[in-house]
Amino acid sequence: MNKAVQGPEVIAPPRWLTPVGWAALLAFPAAQITGFLISAPDRAMGNLQKIMYVHVPSAWVAMVGFFVVFVASVRYLWSRDLKHDRLAAATAEVSVLFTGLTLALGSIWGRPTWGIWWTWDPRLTSTAIMLLIYVAYLALRSFTEDEERRARWSAAVGILGFLNVPIVYFSVKWWRTLHQVQTVDVTGAIGSAYAISLLINSIAFMILFAWLVGLRTQLAGLERQREAWLEEQALSRSDAHV
Amino acid sequence: MTGKRTRTLGLIAGMVVVLGGFGYLLYGNIGENIVFFLTPSELLAKGGEAYDQPVRLGGQVKAGSVQWDAQALDLRFVIKDADGEIAVHSKGAPPQMFQTEMGVIVEGKLTHAGSQPLFESTNLMVRHSNEYQPPKDGHPKPEQMYKSLIKD
Repeated sequence: MNKAVQGPEVIAPPRWLTPVGWAALLAFPAAQITGFLISAPDRAMGNLQKIMYVHVPSAWVAMVGFFVVFVASVRYLWSRDLKHDRLAAATAEVSVLFTGLTLALGSIWGRPTWGIWWTWDPRLTSTAIMLLIYVAYLALRSFTEDEERRARWSAAVGILGFLNVPIVYFSVKWWRTLHQVQTVDVTGAIGSAYAISLLINSIAFMILFAWLVGLRTQLAGLERQREAWLEEQALSRSDAHV
Repeated sequence: MTGKRTRTLGLIAGMVVVLGGFGYLLYGNIGENIVFFLTPSELLAKGGEAYDQPVRLGGQVKAGSVQWDAQALDLRFVIKDADGEIAVHSKGAPPQMFQTEMGVIVEGKLTHAGSQPLFESTNLMVRHSNEYQPPKDGHPKPEQMYKSLIKD
């Protein structure tokens, strides 16, 4: 360890990563400003309505993220290629961040409009469960040493855990809740300035999300490379002692 | 490493579980068992059982029914749905979006007040619409809305 050793050659990040990072940096404030400029304060709640432009995109991006986890998990189980496992793990981490953000922003919006920070209504409860499932997914990963076994188990959680995501989305339609139904239904028509502002902000969030996932996946690749290299070093050292 | 055939079978079994779960949720009847609140007519339909039980009641604030005593922080109004209405009593200031003809949900108990049922609310929540609209001409601007709130 006292001798300086040559590390492995560092794998380069994908070429799209830096431009997407810049795009996120520009798109995010631009979308927010657009939201304030083109949609008037709401009749009943005034500018509080603008919280929608961060709360809803956070939720969408988190749900899209969990779908990516689901697909990557299936692809891992199919191919046993660890790159899919790394993508699933990276996406799960970023999506947990956005789920937490959704809950926090929703709470901040709920206090002045509904009059409460939190209640156990089906939408809020299923979202909290979604957060817990993927926190458990991340915990499972950090508790499992063996790479292959970790990938297999977490893929199972990544697939089964996704069951809850459509429940979160449709909870406001299936059940009677305090939470209002979707302003922009993914399957419906878009018209008002509010819906357009919401979509613009969602695109900005999506770019930010792609950048974070790309960054985290790159980091996971580097971590893996470092581990393999350390193992190799340890092996060659023990060979030298014999 | 398991064989390719076992893996394929495992994946198919997993997919069956996932799709079966989705199908159950979409077409099963669990939806009817999850109800966050009851409407006035549903609560009244329970008859004697409705009383003195913790419950959530939701509906629309009946036009002209709101009586707000700012000194005593005492609020009375009527919650209605298409077929029924229940008088509600609540303590403390309501959320700032509370207004007549707004959707509300109250937590508390149905009690007897003389011969009439009265809902004693411990928690009042405003249910707002998913549609947002710019203010009409003559409506106060949001900044003015906040100012009037601070004054109260």
